[in-house]
Amino acid sequence: MLGSIRHEVRIARPAAEVWELAGDPTRLAEWFPGIVACEVDGTNRVITMGSGLPMPEEILVRDDAQRRFQYRITAPLFVHHRGTIDVIDLGDETCLVTYQTDADPRTMALVIGGGTAGALDELKRQMEAGGGR
Amino acid sequence: MGRKILFVTTDQQRYDTLGCNGGVLSRTPVVDGLAAEGVRFERAHPQSVVCMPSRSTIVTGQHPSTHGVWMNGVPLPEDAPSVASVLHDAGYRTAIIGKPHFEPFLDPFARFPENGFAGAGTFGPHRGFEHFESATHTAAGPLHYARWLMDHHPEAVAMFYPVLDGSFEVNALGGGANGAPQVWDNPIPRDWYHTDWVADRTIAWLDSLDAADDWFCWMSFPDPHHPWDPPASEVGRVPWREVPLPAGYLADRAEREAALDAKPRHWRAWYDGRLVSNYEAPLEWVPATLTADQVREVNARNAVEVELIDEALGRVLGAIDARGWDDDVDVIFTTDHGELQGDFGLLFKGPYHVDGLMRLPLVWRPAPSSGLGAAAVSRPVGLVDLAPTFCAIAGLRVPEWMEGKPLPVDDADAHERGFERVLTEWDSELFGVGVHLRTITRDGWVCTTYQPGYSHDGTEGELYNLADDPLQQVNRWDDPSCRVTRSDLLTDLWDHQPPMRSPLPRVEAPV
Repeated sequence: MLGSIRHEVRIARPAAEVWELAGDPTRLAEWFPGIVACEVDGTNRVITMGSGLPMPEEILVRDDAQRRFQYRITAPLFVHHRGTIDVIDLGDETCLVTYQTDADPRTMALVIGGGTAGALDELKRQMEAGGGR
Repeated sequence: MGRKILFVTTDQQRYDTLGCNGGVLSRTPVVDGLAAEGVRFERAHPQSVVCMPSRSTIVTGQHPSTHGVWMNGVPLPEDAPSVASVLHDAGYRTAIIGKPHFEPFLDPFARFPENGFAGAGTFGPHRGFEHFESATHTAAGPLHYARWLMDHHPEAVAMFYPVLDGSFEVNALGGGANGAPQVWDNPIPRDWYHTDWVADRTIAWLDSLDAADDWFCWMSFPDPHHPWDPPASEVGRVPWREVPLPAGYLADRAEREAALDAKPRHWRAWYDGRLVSNYEAPLEWVPATLTADQVREVNARNAVEVELIDEALGRVLGAIDARGWDDDVDVIFTTDHGELQGDFGLLFKGPYHVDGLMRLPLVWRPAPSSGLGAAAVSRPVGLVDLAPTFCAIAGLRVPEWMEGKPLPVDDADAHERGFERVLTEWDSELFGVGVHLRTITRDGWVCTTYQPGYSHDGTEGELYNLADDPLQQVNRWDDPSCRVTRSDLLTDLWDHQPPMRSPLPRVEAPV
């Protein structure tokens, strides 16, 4: 059964600056609490979670024009997974960042979604503190 | 030296499972003995009927709307107040040993401190507990019991029931003689099981204290919460074939379904397998398939787990006595919420505010040195009153942020200090299915109003007269003769219901 969770945050920094960090697949561990390592090889990415569990992923979309990043977890416990990060320019030097998780089993959408909400909080904190470059 | 406090909780235990409350299945001489010497509460209710909100109420002395843990999966905010901190600041040694569950269990990112101590080889401090040693219902996960079992008896890890299925939903897999969900034959030796482990670790912590220390120890047994998988060596204590069907189980199907149809529609929808509104029940289990023999076996296994807890508590009390402390120790025994356990043909828990889930065992044996006598209290009290009670026992002022009052010592005291009502809340939002209940219990009535949600338009409710209808089988919400009573109860409910914390804390995990 599919579950879908979306979180969003408005960040008082230009979209291009936020995208520099949020759209870089190698830098996820910098702003996602609970991800302690992140290795990218082509379209393959392996993240390591705070519990020590490695999670293999496939990068599906990295679109600098739309500022959209999509990936899927390829570990067999997922029947389906799609993670989508959008950085949307609000035209006033601020942006809206959304992080959507679609997963089957649906429970994993809740588990990962809790992590993504914390990640958006951290992204906002870093960017508005002048970091993220 | 002041009075010391042994606070004992179980998980998901019904009022009627104790001998002192009329239970006949389990032998509970230890708790019954405490009740005979102390105060037995006949109408103690939780402020939520699921674990995380209820346990957060216990530690904060606040209703869920105030502390913010409005459903399972919402972590207790880091800055939430804690009675353990109050006691620790006053010089008490403090510990929690067993199931905490102030923060979500399903935590692969290891974001919550509760889940990190065992892996780091540490024991807190956390939330005012200088010693934090954790366990849950299984040997899976990052808690201390699971690590201990893996280190010392790795062959036992796979003996437990798999609480979650392959989709990480609560498992519907059946076992035992009748295939009831969450019933399992667990070959684990008794002294490796978490009930005895919690008692062993409690005794070890108490042994580490100086004789002159004042202490507050929360001993938190994970049982008799499902899975019902006690050590197989003990199952023969209560032969399931000899277990009478519970009074709340309507054996006649038509009668049972008529009782369900008189309640708000999510009751029947769950029973028929059309709606599982909350994560705490198996998604793939249809209650209408529950057989009488399955009810018997669930109750039998549950009774075995209750007996093991009673015996484990007896060992701890023996250790306390051996230290010469008994005269100065208050013992409070309760649970976080109840279990349907066959009532209305249902198991587990959810948004169903009836006695199976709300009427809790609560026994307070004051320290003999206090001079307080034995009593039974019939007036309503809540788990929200526990934290203020701990403060009162310790001789401390009850902080203003606590919303309860120190427990009464008898009915006259309860009357004098205004123990008139107790409130219980339910809120859940799971994949678009929202359910919201507010309940008041007072004057022998239980009244629940439903707020708008997935199945309800805000006009529904339940109203039961506990004297005439102790099993809550006749819903009088729409009975014209009860209109005034209903109106008075709802007015009183909304006069006392704390406003919901804002912004609403996020759901971080299913549980």
